Amino acid sequence: MRVVFTWAGMWRGVRRGVPLLLGIIPFGLVVGVISLGKGLSLAETLLMSGLVFAGASQLLALELWSDPPDILAVAIAALVVNIRMVPLGAALSFWLNHLRGWRLWSSLFVTVDHSFALSVAEHRAGERDAAFLLGLGILTWMGWVASAGAGHLLGAAVALPPSHPLFFAATATFVAILVALWRGPRQDIPPWLAAAAAALAAQALRLPAPLPLLAGAFAGALLGARMEARAARGARP
Amino acid sequence: MTLRWDVTLAILAMGIVTYLCRAGGYAVLRAVKTPPFVDALLRNLPAPLFAAYVALALSRQDLAAVAASLACAAAQLRWRNFGVSIGVGVAAMAGLRWAGM
Repeated sequence: MRVVFTWAGMWRGVRRGVPLLLGIIPFGLVVGVISLGKGLSLAETLLMSGLVFAGASQLLALELWSDPPDILAVAIAALVVNIRMVPLGAALSFWLNHLRGWRLWSSLFVTVDHSFALSVAEHRAGERDAAFLLGLGILTWMGWVASAGAGHLLGAAVALPPSHPLFFAATATFVAILVALWRGPRQDIPPWLAAAAAALAAQALRLPAPLPLLAGAFAGALLGARMEARAARGARP
Repeated sequence: MTLRWDVTLAILAMGIVTYLCRAGGYAVLRAVKTPPFVDALLRNLPAPLFAAYVALALSRQDLAAVAASLACAAAQLRWRNFGVSIGVGVAAMAGLRWAGM
């Protein structure tokens, strides 16, 4: 079936994205409040949210934030968290392979987990307009930047101490993401335990950030990939 | 509205790396076929990454943070809504701090 790229499709993406804002705005507010807590100005917060547009990697980079910032550490944090986006574009090839120029590269710029998941669902339901992804992405991008800015302003207005329970939101966000990724005990417990153990061991060896995180992530991913390969071999007759 | 040069550089580095993941990954995977094990490794990276993060974050906090994380996880299992889960986690933390933990 022919893939098109129209204003109508873009507008459908914008409209279908409105409920997603419910999940994005609280996360953006948290990133804004934490950016303030780490000493970022409003302009820096808006710049980061607009350019990076990836909540988990922003939170992680903010956790590692120092003054002056360790550029290599935050770039590695962004790489490790966002490497999961590499296969997203490939999985959207049913639309992206038909696009070129600004349509392709701007669609990729605004692709996040939410817009990816919704676009796959819409494609399965028969959507043939590739502008759907861009419309959805632009709306979520605007919601993200605006809510991060609002979080920064809100945090400045009420002057929160660093020990305020609101800052626990960063940890809570990662706990919630982790739970959302849960598939089942046999698949998930071994790699998750390996990840936690390797990360804590690297921290105990006093390796600098983000090495403990990297050690944990790759230890768990290696084990997960090996388990997957073994299961695939076992499934073969 | 201040923009410090070192902070701006760090943000630019993050932005470039992130765009490379989004667009560069697509371009590479469109052009070449990656070995199955690399595919599997990429597919299996997200959950262990967050598991490592949570383990490190909780190792630097107290028992109240562990309890609030359990509340947050339970909320996510029950309602599957990030906004609600984060809210429950922060509320649990506030409650535990108020109770003197």
